Amino acid sequence: MASSYNAKEEDGHVAVPGGGTIQNKKPDNTAFKQQRLPAWQPILTAGTVLPAFFVIGLIFIPIGIGLYVTSNNIKEFEIDYTGTDMSSPCFNCSQSFSWNSTRPCTCALPFSLEQPFESNVFMYYGLSNFYQNHRRYVKSRDDSQLNGDTTSLMNPSKECEPYARNEKMPIAPCGAIANSMFNDTLDLYYIDPNGTRIQIPLMKKGIAWWTDKHVKFRNPGGNPNLTSAFQGTTKPINWRKPVYELDTDAENNGFINEDFIVWMRTAALPTFRKLYRIIQKKNNMTPTLPRGNYTLEVTYNYPVRSFEGRKRVILSTISWMGGKNPFLGIAYITVGSVCFFLGVVLLIIHHKYGSRNNTADIPN
Amino acid sequence: MDFSVLRNIISRYCAGEEYWVDSRTVYIGHKEPPPGAEAYIPQRYPDNRIVSSKYTLWNFIPKNLFEQFRRIANFYFLLIFLVQLIIDTPTSPVTSGLPLFFVITVTAIKQGYEDWLRHKADCSTNECPVDVVQQGTVVRTQSSKLRVGDVVMVREDETFPCDLILLSSSRDDGTCYVTTTSLDGESSHKTYYAVPDTMAFKTEQEVDSLHATIECEQPQPDLYKFVGRINIYKEREDPLARPLGAENLLLRGATLKNTEHIYAVAIYTGMDTKMALNYQSKSQKRSAVEKSMNAFLIVYLCILISKAVINTVLKYAWQCSPDRDEPWYNHRTEIDRGRHVVIRAFTDFLAFMVLFNYIIPVSMYVTVEMQKFLGSYFIAWDKDMYDEELGEGAQVNTSDLNEELGQVEYVFTDKTGTLTENNMEFIECCVDGHVYIPHAICNGQILSAASSIDMIDSSPGGYRREHEELFFRALCLCHTVQVKEEETVDSIKRGIHQGKPTSFYISSSPDEVALVEGMKRLGYTYLRLKDSHMEILNKDDEIERFELLHVLNFDSVRRRMSVIVKSSAGEYLLFCKGADSSIFPRVVSGKVEQVRARVEQNAVEGLRTLCVAYRSLSPAEYKEACYQLSNAKLALQDREQRLAQAYDLIERNFTLLGATAVEDRLQEKAADTIESLHKAGMKVWVLTGDKMETAAATCYASKLFRSSTQILELTKKRTEEQSLHDVLFDLSRTVLGQRSLSGLSVDCQDYGLIIDGATLSAVLKPSPESSGSGNYREIFLEICRNCSAVLCCRMAPLQKAQIVKLIKVSKEHPITLAIGDGANDVSMILEAHVGIGIMGKEGRQAARNSDYAIPKFKHLKKMLLVHGHFYYIRIAELVQYFFYKNVCFIFPQFLYQFFCGFSQQPLYDTAYLTLYNISFTSLPILLYSLIEKHVSIETLKRDPTLYRDVAKNSLLRWPVFLYWTCLGLFNACIFFFGAYFLFDNTTFTSNGQLMTTNTQMMFGNWTFGTLVFTVLVFTVTLKLALDTHHWTWINHFVIWGSLLFYVIFSLLWGGIIWPFMNYQRMYYVFMQMLSSGPAWLGIILLITISLLPDVVKKVLCRTLWPTATERAHR
Repeated sequence: MASSYNAKEEDGHVAVPGGGTIQNKKPDNTAFKQQRLPAWQPILTAGTVLPAFFVIGLIFIPIGIGLYVTSNNIKEFEIDYTGTDMSSPCFNCSQSFSWNSTRPCTCALPFSLEQPFESNVFMYYGLSNFYQNHRRYVKSRDDSQLNGDTTSLMNPSKECEPYARNEKMPIAPCGAIANSMFNDTLDLYYIDPNGTRIQIPLMKKGIAWWTDKHVKFRNPGGNPNLTSAFQGTTKPINWRKPVYELDTDAENNGFINEDFIVWMRTAALPTFRKLYRIIQKKNNMTPTLPRGNYTLEVTYNYPVRSFEGRKRVILSTISWMGGKNPFLGIAYITVGSVCFFLGVVLLIIHHKYGSRNNTADIPN
Repeated sequence: MDFSVLRNIISRYCAGEEYWVDSRTVYIGHKEPPPGAEAYIPQRYPDNRIVSSKYTLWNFIPKNLFEQFRRIANFYFLLIFLVQLIIDTPTSPVTSGLPLFFVITVTAIKQGYEDWLRHKADCSTNECPVDVVQQGTVVRTQSSKLRVGDVVMVREDETFPCDLILLSSSRDDGTCYVTTTSLDGESSHKTYYAVPDTMAFKTEQEVDSLHATIECEQPQPDLYKFVGRINIYKEREDPLARPLGAENLLLRGATLKNTEHIYAVAIYTGMDTKMALNYQSKSQKRSAVEKSMNAFLIVYLCILISKAVINTVLKYAWQCSPDRDEPWYNHRTEIDRGRHVVIRAFTDFLAFMVLFNYIIPVSMYVTVEMQKFLGSYFIAWDKDMYDEELGEGAQVNTSDLNEELGQVEYVFTDKTGTLTENNMEFIECCVDGHVYIPHAICNGQILSAASSIDMIDSSPGGYRREHEELFFRALCLCHTVQVKEEETVDSIKRGIHQGKPTSFYISSSPDEVALVEGMKRLGYTYLRLKDSHMEILNKDDEIERFELLHVLNFDSVRRRMSVIVKSSAGEYLLFCKGADSSIFPRVVSGKVEQVRARVEQNAVEGLRTLCVAYRSLSPAEYKEACYQLSNAKLALQDREQRLAQAYDLIERNFTLLGATAVEDRLQEKAADTIESLHKAGMKVWVLTGDKMETAAATCYASKLFRSSTQILELTKKRTEEQSLHDVLFDLSRTVLGQRSLSGLSVDCQDYGLIIDGATLSAVLKPSPESSGSGNYREIFLEICRNCSAVLCCRMAPLQKAQIVKLIKVSKEHPITLAIGDGANDVSMILEAHVGIGIMGKEGRQAARNSDYAIPKFKHLKKMLLVHGHFYYIRIAELVQYFFYKNVCFIFPQFLYQFFCGFSQQPLYDTAYLTLYNISFTSLPILLYSLIEKHVSIETLKRDPTLYRDVAKNSLLRWPVFLYWTCLGLFNACIFFFGAYFLFDNTTFTSNGQLMTTNTQMMFGNWTFGTLVFTVLVFTVTLKLALDTHHWTWINHFVIWGSLLFYVIFSLLWGGIIWPFMNYQRMYYVFMQMLSSGPAWLGIILLITISLLPDVVKKVLCRTLWPTATERAHR
């Protein structure tokens, strides 16, 4: 490329004219060099844009309506159990919280569902005013430790500070995220019309990303005996149990405990919800959660009062497009209508001014 | 004895220190002068090694790094990088380190490669063999071993290894021919002379026996100036001193032609040679776009700092309660807690700066530079600007000013050689008012002209006859034309057939060739210069010989030249020819009135006129003149000035003989080009040294002035009648009054101004009266502004530059362009914003000093209207788009701070932060800025008014900048809040499933960032796609290619657990996001919303307020 170009150098420093550089300086007559490459030259005029606007409008509005309807069909129930109100059953638990208490505080919240939840029901816990996206918090983890690296297990990354070591013992899992893992236990009871309490079975597996559970998170050492695998480490300061006692199921214990994995995926915003359990549909005949009265039993371990946080439980069904999501549907309808409207406006302008311009152009 | 030695040393020391610092003494052949002749001055000279390279292997890295970090932008990025290394930063140092490293490395490699090329070139020149005379024999050695004082033998077609003083040549008359093509591009052969006293040394032995010293000035870069003196010592004789001038100095880089061999002595070697001294860097010109870019940068810097300050303040306001600052789940480390709050706030401020620093992207500088560098190739490649005759196309000397070509408001053009061909043709001459016209030569005979004109054959009276003879002889003798007799026809000069051998007249001035040829056609043929005798073949085929005694060379200040000859009859005659203004005041007799009338009439017709006069000198007068001349020539200091004084004394008391007229034809399409420039809204000024009538005629011919143009004159003639003050006020009243009267009417009277050099200097001179000092200047500018064309005649070169500067610094700060072809245009070319050189007949000086060089004036049209327009559009979009895309990029990150407790949490992953500007969005804009054509070349050429669309930096004005910035902010808000609502309000945050084995997923902050980033990359790229008017396969390739690259990269980046990385936060994030239906719908929706306003704005503007360019589309 540079051959046909004379030594053009920076700051006037020109190569010494030594050898005779007599060459044919006539530029090549190529399309590229003469800037005459064949090209498609679209021009955005009212005429060309009009159909696009109408098409967008016609596509977006039905999508929006579809989304909106789907979203409206999703049933969602939310209950706040923070216990800031005197009237709340959890008031006592929230007031008398201390990290050292050995006896867990429990409270029960009765609620009733007006409509039955037909398909699989997803149970979430929600926290408000909890800054999981705080920079100091987000980086306070050691991914290689969580991936089962034994050296990192014993020498947690300094990103975990000040949750890396407790009295010289390395913390497993280290870091602020792990340390503050959500540890309320939520149980759901259906109150039969005749008054008996039936515990609703909650699935605790299948709530994390498959790749997280099987690739990103791994227990150290490949040792089936987790207790020995975590030998020499200590539990996070705020935890009641060490990591290898999170669950009795070996497939859901240690670092690959799904509740833990879900917690470790830091939320984007200070108000967030995380999947807690799934209530599987038993059969086609009976709804997963029939309408009626329920009780939510909470083992209240997680303090949020200090930072004015809220705790919620959400029950929700899902659809093909995910959870309850009116925003997307409304947005689609709005944008579709705006496009349609603009299309009409442009049509008018095009007819009024477009032709005038054309006639005005002719004398030129 | 001891005493004398001591004194000698002292005097030597003192002399060396005080008196001879600015000159050097060279001993030819290293032979010391006879003792006591002159003080011995020891001086150390560099060897003849040429070092054009900047770096060595050892100092390359430190020196290059130092050079690079001297640039303010690089330094800024280095600072950011260092801050990132020192403080606990939100983004890894890699994010700014890698781009910086990339930029620095690429630049270093480029500069290293260039330097390596220079090293190679240096090596080959330094090792090239040279013949040196030592002890009477020729010894072959390497060029770099040459020392000052060596006697060198150079053979035909060899290049001079250093600056040499010619001692003798193989030609009898001690001359040699040289071509300086590689130095200044002039292909004509120039003659250099040996000092008569040394030209007899024909062999090595003889040369070796020469005992002489040369005193000369210390090296200076002016190629055409040299002052020196040779002292030749002969046994038992006083040393003979002879002056040396530029005609004795052979420059390094020039080539010996038509001469078998020469002997010469080296006086400047290595880095002292004039060629090496000329490679100093020129002053850097900055383009208007660059200035706007810097202004925008400052705005962005302010935005950046204010963002950081706002966030820091808000952070501390927000976290004043300890539960927010340090909730139980998120404690600080002990070290952090121990820091003083001020230090913490400062580091927070720095961290915010680091987080937002991407708003001023490293890559913009690289891209702009690449765009300019690569883009300038299109000028050199343009075959429309290639001139067959010259064999050369346009040449780009600097790529910094490409876009400035699209911004020109004032064009200052030289007349001769620029507007006109500089291809002179002798038209007529007039002796004492009688006109002679040579006609086309038919069979060697002169055909008679129209009957009304006196012919040369008509028998004149005695007095007239005498004047006529003198006139023709004067023209045959008073010139510096050389006759070249040779077989090789490699020069483009017109040949004249003279029997068997072809001979050419060669001269640096085409006027002279035309005159001598004209004389030949009138019957007087100049044959040659032989042994200081000029031979003329007169009308009767007799050879007349005149001894050439002195040549008083032409210079642009005196505007005349003279020769002193001795006729065979022993008369001393001084012939002078020059501009009428410089001859008439010195004339004491002759038919002044008739000649003046004829001269003026010719000038009106656009002919170049010269007056010829003579003076016969008595031997005493001659002796006096001789004495003055040689005195002045021998002077080492102020030689120029003393020569001028001497000339002034000698050239007086003339008898006027007559005048000549030479036609200089207009260049092809000059009128068309000027018309186009006018239509494009440029004001064209002609600056010429020619006189008013000639110049005005050219202006009419080139359509600068039309018949409807009302000419305003501001000339010496008028100011002699009225005072300058009155004239100026008169004119301004005319111009302004007219304007206010016809304020509403569309076709304003079009004015043309003619001003001459003398009046101009009066206008510009700060007048002693306190009131009027700046006044005249302002009034003059006001008049000029209202004139469509201005002609400045009788301009000295420096005045041309003054005019350019006057306009340049006037209050609108218009962009100026100067175009010229000769050495007298260099000052204005250097002064103007854009300097364009024409590769003309008057040598290459203008082309060498220009920013762009073109073969012909007509090429200016394509250069400005097409290339300039394109480059401006391209770079304007490039600059605006770069800022836009970085606003889009960084503003969501700023918004995110409000939702993450002002903790400097980055929204995007490190890889995205790093690669956004380097690879995801860099190529489309670069290619756009290289090949975008919003209208076709033909349209731009056909309709010059389109140029007005981009005038006055219209695409980089603040409203446009504001629009882009607002668009960026709007898009950023759409990206961020779109994603925010998708995540916040709904179950989407925690759940979304579609067609995958995963039934649910939790979307965290990285998914949030990835979603925003994906929308961002697509929107920003598609925005560029919407702006692209010219979709070649390259555009398709880079636009769709970089989107594809983004997707593939994201899949790969999240696809595996990266070893040796301490975090895996992006693992499967992108795939999980894409597996969710709402994410797809959301992305499409957000892209559509982001692009919608811009499309609507475009369509509405095009329909309702179309620009001329847009109208040209259909």
